[in-house]
Amino acid sequence: MASTDKVGAVMVVGGGISGLQSALDLADSGFKVYLVEKQPSIGGTMAQLDKTFPTNDCAMCIMAPKLVSTGRHHNIELVTNADIMAVDGKAGDFKVTVKRRALRVDPTKCTGCGSCAQTCPIETSDEYNENTKVRKAIYVRYPQAVPLVYSIDKDKCIGCGICAEECKAKAVVYDQEESTSEINVGSIILSPGFDEFDARLKGEYGYGVYKNVVTSIEFERMLSATGPYFGTVMRPSDGDIPEKIAFIQCVGSRDEQVGNEYCSGVCCMYSIKEAIIAKEHGGDIKPKVFFMDMRAFGKEFDEYYNRAQNEYGIEFVRSRVASVFENPETKNLVVKYVEKGEPKEEEFGLVVLAVGLRPPEDAEALSKVIGFDLNSDGFCQTTALDPISSSKAGVFVSGAFSSPKDIPMTVAEASGAAAKAATEIASARDSLVTKKEYPAELDISGQEPRIGVFVCHCGINIGGVVKVPSVAEYARTLPNVAYAEENLYTCSQDTQEKIKEMIKEHELNRVVVASCTPRTHEPLFQNTIKEAGLNSYLFEMANIRDQCSWIHMHEAEAATKKAKDLVRMAVAKARLLEPLENLTIDVNQQALVIGGGATGMVAALELAKQGVKVHIVEKDENLGGNMLKLHYLPSEEDPTEHAKALADEVASNDDITVHTGTGVKSIEGYVGNFKTVLESGEEIEHGVVILAVGGQEYKPEGEYLYGENPNVLTLLEFKDKLKKGEVKGDSYVFIQCVGSREEGHPNCSRVCCTGTMTAAIKVKEKNPDAEVYVLYRDIRTYGFREAYYKDAAEKGVTFIRFEDDVKPKVEDKGGKLQVTVTDEDTDKEVVLVSDYLVLASGTRPYPESEALAPMLKVPMTKEGFFLEAHMKLRPVDFATEGVYLAGLSHGPKFLDECIGQGLAAVARAMTILSKKTLEAEGIVASLDETLCDGCGICVPTCEYKALEIIVDKKDETKKLVDVNVGLCKGCGACVGACPSGALTQKGFKDEQIVAMIDAALEGVMDNEEVKQ
Amino acid sequence: MSSTAPETGGEHKVGEESFEPRIIVFCCNWCSYAGADLAGVSRLQMPPHFRVIRVMCSARVDPEFVLRAFQKGADGVLVAGCHPADCHYIGGNYRTRRRIALLRILLQQFGFDPGRLKLEWISAGEGEKFQKTIVEFTDTVNELGPSPMKGGD
Repeated sequence: MASTDKVGAVMVVGGGISGLQSALDLADSGFKVYLVEKQPSIGGTMAQLDKTFPTNDCAMCIMAPKLVSTGRHHNIELVTNADIMAVDGKAGDFKVTVKRRALRVDPTKCTGCGSCAQTCPIETSDEYNENTKVRKAIYVRYPQAVPLVYSIDKDKCIGCGICAEECKAKAVVYDQEESTSEINVGSIILSPGFDEFDARLKGEYGYGVYKNVVTSIEFERMLSATGPYFGTVMRPSDGDIPEKIAFIQCVGSRDEQVGNEYCSGVCCMYSIKEAIIAKEHGGDIKPKVFFMDMRAFGKEFDEYYNRAQNEYGIEFVRSRVASVFENPETKNLVVKYVEKGEPKEEEFGLVVLAVGLRPPEDAEALSKVIGFDLNSDGFCQTTALDPISSSKAGVFVSGAFSSPKDIPMTVAEASGAAAKAATEIASARDSLVTKKEYPAELDISGQEPRIGVFVCHCGINIGGVVKVPSVAEYARTLPNVAYAEENLYTCSQDTQEKIKEMIKEHELNRVVVASCTPRTHEPLFQNTIKEAGLNSYLFEMANIRDQCSWIHMHEAEAATKKAKDLVRMAVAKARLLEPLENLTIDVNQQALVIGGGATGMVAALELAKQGVKVHIVEKDENLGGNMLKLHYLPSEEDPTEHAKALADEVASNDDITVHTGTGVKSIEGYVGNFKTVLESGEEIEHGVVILAVGGQEYKPEGEYLYGENPNVLTLLEFKDKLKKGEVKGDSYVFIQCVGSREEGHPNCSRVCCTGTMTAAIKVKEKNPDAEVYVLYRDIRTYGFREAYYKDAAEKGVTFIRFEDDVKPKVEDKGGKLQVTVTDEDTDKEVVLVSDYLVLASGTRPYPESEALAPMLKVPMTKEGFFLEAHMKLRPVDFATEGVYLAGLSHGPKFLDECIGQGLAAVARAMTILSKKTLEAEGIVASLDETLCDGCGICVPTCEYKALEIIVDKKDETKKLVDVNVGLCKGCGACVGACPSGALTQKGFKDEQIVAMIDAALEGVMDNEEVKQ
Repeated sequence: MSSTAPETGGEHKVGEESFEPRIIVFCCNWCSYAGADLAGVSRLQMPPHFRVIRVMCSARVDPEFVLRAFQKGADGVLVAGCHPADCHYIGGNYRTRRRIALLRILLQQFGFDPGRLKLEWISAGEGEKFQKTIVEFTDTVNELGPSPMKGGD
């Protein structure tokens, strides 16, 4: 390893979805991570959500695997219940002082069983459920919490000692003290998230006074199956199901009065989602959303909005609500508002306030301790060209802390921050990570199965219901069981040692643990048997707690019988278990970046800075892409100059090979091993692909006299002329949503509203007397971009809203352009005469994307953008491993967002490229060639394109399916489909599952009870 | 946490003898198995006649497994997977949906009440739904009585 003065560790501050993603990316690419979290458990705001837009995925379902991976990762250290006290040193070598508040529970002993909370006599309001529910004074934040360690709320605890008595693991430590430690890291990532706006500050809406006025996050908990009403939408005042629900938008956002002038960016979408879910929960519920502009600007968000209106019948009213009053008798709420100039009022059963996002409470303290700048709204200051960096070197930022944003943008930024943090300390990669050494694996081939069964009491969690001794006794009677015992806690450290001893003493070659759930505990036990020299797949679990003693608490006999059945089933499978090998795949550590625009160049440079050899392919003669056409960035930097500087940097970097003026002809291979042929004939071998092919501005030929009148221009064309000083005139009309949010192109192009504002502002700055009109449907200047909208309005730009389906008309009147539009607000026709007509036309994908998609086996949206692996949590990944996505070919977005995604793709790619070999999953599909007849039924069942029909090398007349274990994710879908029994899933073989079925039903057909 | 009793789903008497239904439940690792665990964590009570077999994805449930369970005397089989569009493996549950639909037709042809085979989407956050599904399915199987393989209807 090269000597370096950098520290190969990163501190991630904040354990929400952003922090999790950064931590996982870094830990998977050779860095030690300290994940510091204020709360006793990680998960952040996303863990509180019921569903997520626009897919309505269950938040916990998609988040839990990331939570568990983070908790288990041997290179991630969770530092929970902790605060940052001081930071010394400089980029590459920081010394951070961290104070851990006392949990009053020993995390090394707590098994998370929860007996303590069951018996704790003190109830207090539950912050996780936004105080809509109660929790105990000893608690975990939520059932799936990571780490699953209880803690005592010292303000609420009365010190009665019941929990300490109840805890069989002796984990309660009342007098535990806070501890302070110094942690040495090379980079710091800030992801502390956000706070909700305090709705009490908008007194006119009655929050905190009227019981049936709730905030959006409280409503989120109300919708959740784990919330206060188990997912039934009820009124807090009386438990009635409300007939009508009002959603009031912009509570604490876009509001000068409360000092938050920015748009919170996410509330429109989460309110639509909450309205849809409420409707799904109770079909008779009528939601009505009161909003100012509907800001559904993200990928496929407008389609979601359209569905809410057309399929779910949710009503949307364009109005800022003036006030809310309660009818004291019915506790119904009267909402007063103005629509089209007319005051109105309507009664609702429940009112949901869409509260905005505020900087976290401790933002200022953090900024002082660490030494970075906040912006005027109290969020972390960043720039458009460097959206991930704070003002302090070596300190990076992601998520809502730099500006309000949704989960997909947060996750992309989190990966981006991981890339920047890694670049800073690239020379120290692999210096602090550990690889566990295990003894040589015992060869068990040819041996009779000798199974050890360990049955857990889990304190009284299992033993209080199930007769554990009789289960262990029963296990001893089962064939091939060589040893069985019962444990107070099978997961405790001393039992792990015991298991290892027993493996040795009784020459066990399979182990069954009957305790809690494999989802949380299987890796622990697998590790234990591996330490004893057994292959980790020679292990099986019987879930006799979560799925037995806890759900049959009052049926001791039936539960005991079931526990015995579950042990018999596990033993039946264990008998047939085989050692599995995690196959390794060699990795070519070079990268291919397709697209030489801003996104591609940033990605290529960042990879090169981490020591990766990169090939960048650009079809134009020059690098730069759309960035060469941009003008008027917020920071006043000239994007054209910046693009040229980037291109020079790319060209002069020794690790980057530039291929301009050529496209891609073919790509073959899979993760770690791709081979690409360019149209120029050159061949490149590489381990990953980053797709950054970009997009283009729509040319609205035939619309609004575009192409016929020289003064009708697209936004980019107009800005270019404006920049060059070629624009001369006193009147300007802008039309929004040209080629967006209409049939065939139903979604928003995201950038055009803000782009129009910066152009209009520039026109007004150059010529304050100019008449400027913006004809629009919704102004979508989200986040801090709202400032441009305000600035434009203050400079005298006139905004006229037209109905979605009544487009303005344009006529050529002898040199002048006449625009006729119906003002939606007054229903009156307005005629504007103008020198220029500027069309804010949408962003479209490049047609080249369509040719690339089949080469890489990646999907596209119906609009022709690439479709990522998961819209929420895998924004720059594809299901096909080793292929990543960034920039405009993913969907319309701003330059800073493209740069963020480009960096994100780098972090994701580095999880592959930082390794010489990849370990494939052990549980994969495998083929019995003698049974396969090459029918191909399995091929389309594979979502990962791991199956391919090939010619049998031994018999060329025969066809076979080839399983690429590098791509297989081990779901077993193909195995379930194979009609000839040729495909099998390792670890879940047909005979293993059948053995479990047979064991579960043993004796049933003979009408006799199994002898237990 | 308080324990919640199931509304029904207990043992039924069929004729003179008591009938204890045998139910096999296939759960996918990522959603429905986690939902079953959450039911436990939430101490949601339910009848104890079912046995869960964990598979990575509901699409792994080979129709032969279902037939095997019935052949060996199961009175009901429940297959539980992630909600449409939530599948951890992208689209495995869509395959499951098709297979189970076909299998129900097949069962009917064999003289089985197709109600003995149930497919349900249960998310990792739906402990309640797992409970409800088990209670209702146990009731259904109770009403259908012992499997025809065991001499029932």
